[in-house]
Amino acid sequence: MDIIVCIKRVPQTAEAKVEIESSGKDIVKDRLTFDMNESDMYALEEAVLLKEKFGGTIIAISLSCSDAEDTLRIALAKGADTAIRIKAEDFDELDGYKTAQLLSAVIKDIHFDVIFTGCIATDDAYSQIGATLAELLGIPHATLLTNIEVIDSISHVHRELEGGLQEHIEISIPALFTIQTGINVPRYASLIAIRRAAGKEIKLVGQNEISKDQLLLNTQIEELFIPPVAKQVKIITGSPGEVSKELAGIIREKGLI
Amino acid sequence: MNFDLTNDQKMLQREVRSFAETELAPVAPQIDVSGEFPWDNIKKMAKLGLLGIIVPEKYGGSEFDFVSLAVAIEEISRICASTGVIVAVNNSLVSYPILQFGTEEQKEKYLPPLCSADKLGAMGITEPNAGSDVAAMESTAKLEANHYILNGTKRFITNGGEAGIFVVFAYTDKDLKYKGISAFIIERDTPGFTLGKHEELMGIRATANCELIFEDAKIPKENLLGKEGDGFKICMNTLDVSRIDIGAQAVGISQGALEEAIKYSKERKAFGQLISNFEMIQGMLAEMATQIHAARLLVYYAGYCKDKGIPPRFSKEAAMAKYFAANMAVDVTRKAVQIYGGYGYTKDYAVERLYRDAKILELYEGTSEIHKIVIARELLR
Ligand SMILES: Cc1cc2nc3c(=O)[nH]c(=O)nc-3n(C[C@H](O)[C@H](O)[C@H](O)COP(=O)(O)OP(=O)(O)OC[C@H]3O[C@@H](n4cnc5c(N)ncnc54)[C@H](O)[C@@H]3O)c2cc1C
Repeated sequence: MDIIVCIKRVPQTAEAKVEIESSGKDIVKDRLTFDMNESDMYALEEAVLLKEKFGGTIIAISLSCSDAEDTLRIALAKGADTAIRIKAEDFDELDGYKTAQLLSAVIKDIHFDVIFTGCIATDDAYSQIGATLAELLGIPHATLLTNIEVIDSISHVHRELEGGLQEHIEISIPALFTIQTGINVPRYASLIAIRRAAGKEIKLVGQNEISKDQLLLNTQIEELFIPPVAKQVKIITGSPGEVSKELAGIIREKGLI
Repeated sequence: MNFDLTNDQKMLQREVRSFAETELAPVAPQIDVSGEFPWDNIKKMAKLGLLGIIVPEKYGGSEFDFVSLAVAIEEISRICASTGVIVAVNNSLVSYPILQFGTEEQKEKYLPPLCSADKLGAMGITEPNAGSDVAAMESTAKLEANHYILNGTKRFITNGGEAGIFVVFAYTDKDLKYKGISAFIIERDTPGFTLGKHEELMGIRATANCELIFEDAKIPKENLLGKEGDGFKICMNTLDVSRIDIGAQAVGISQGALEEAIKYSKERKAFGQLISNFEMIQGMLAEMATQIHAARLLVYYAGYCKDKGIPPRFSKEAAMAKYFAANMAVDVTRKAVQIYGGYGYTKDYAVERLYRDAKILELYEGTSEIHKIVIARELLR
């Protein structure tokens, strides 16, 4: 089973203070730490689990700047066999479609049975790459996978729907799947695997290999802004009995219990 | 000159940090209360190769260098000081002397189970009447036919209650003074070897600290480590190395305390504003960060000296790193408690535990006073 995993390096913003850069089109990144996008870690682990079961190879691929080579090396340490970085610095501004185009330009020449991507990138939250890439490659896809039952010429996978529903679908491979977090427990890389990965070469692909002619940028960021914080405070007054009754009513009304 | 970690060190740091934050963090406060030895996590860490960081791959280790060891111990200790020292002892106090002074047979026999944590390591130097003054030890080992007959008591032994492989020091010839001390590799099921008192510690409470009692214990002759009389040299050489990771433990504990203190100072209000607005709080945070940074550089430098073999005797570097880092950790964790105010004195917040954990650093593997003696001796040579 030959598997391709698309990986993005994203800023870790959960506990950081996010500020807008002076251009107004990006966030200030110099004090942020970066790491592998969360759902990509699950995508990678899913690939490693399949490789352990069926053999084959895993290629990790990332459209990114050179700093992301650290992230690709982590992928190598966790089980990818080779890593490719598409040099983002060669291709100016990017959007979801252009990113998918660049990925497909590289992937179309590689043999694969399955492509995994994360279901969403935690920075721009486009969720476009998986589906667009599958379309560009002319293969079927399924998004938000929470379980892979059987993977074969006819595969059975589960997708997550709204409201706690799951969808069970049948799909033929080669196919692309976007992976939801929680589908597995991503492993830690062993020290030996880290040492091996540290010395591995990362293959670079840039404007010499990919023609820029056909690339399309469909969307452009006009402005990034931090939404104003709306204060919604309601002060309930009255006797303890009245207050608790009203409070219970609000909680029930808002569907909090 | 290069202050950057290498690619593999950076990856190791990332993975160990992520492991510690996910697997060690929930357990750390519990085992501090219960004193339970964290076997589950030790086994998991062994799988990742953290129990044999500096051991060559052919003996089951991960074959990293001493700077990497320091980075790993720092990340583990940032979350759980007990786990940090358990791993440090297995690496530096036990695997290292076997690797450095053991025969090929000893390495093949003992390093793989130490790396896999099938058998954990412990080291016994200290005795009831011999702490700083190592040469005052009373344990003796007499060769009788194919066995050494060992008698004596070792006190305060980290991992002691749970270990399977012990490096223990005893006199084979009292007349030769410290040159008559020898080192032995002793297995847990050796006849005549029993465990004594289990210590209730102030900090690092989950480290199975225990007394080892040897009453006519029969140690196979081939378990002598090095030659007869090599014990003191092996001991000092090993302590030099392990000071790197005790320094790293200090840096990790302090880093954990600083992060907690920063977070709290940005949440807690007094006099109508966040306490982080107060210059005296800012001053403490600035001092803490600077102290930690200085200690980290000293520790990494000691590791670097060991890795590069420069200077040939790096005792002074290692002693400076451990001495400075230990004092620093006690001071930094004290400041962290101070920033928390009364809450820092309760078990509801990690800084209380970190403060207790830090104190041991000034005591074990040589007290701060002994470190100053070592450093001064090098200066006055
Ligand atoms: C939690 C814990 C874990 C430990 N783990 C281990 C272990 O795994 N293996 C092991 O072998 N040992 C271990 N030890 C023992 C530890 O290394 C000793 O406690 C330490 O070396 C000090 O010895 P001591 O307690 O006998 O103090 P003493 O040597 O009695 O010292 C008492 C005081 O006198 C000072 N002092 C002593 N000599 C001088 C001098 N010449 N000049 C100035 N001041 C001096 C000391 O600095 C100290 O302040 C551990 C101890 C603890 C508490």
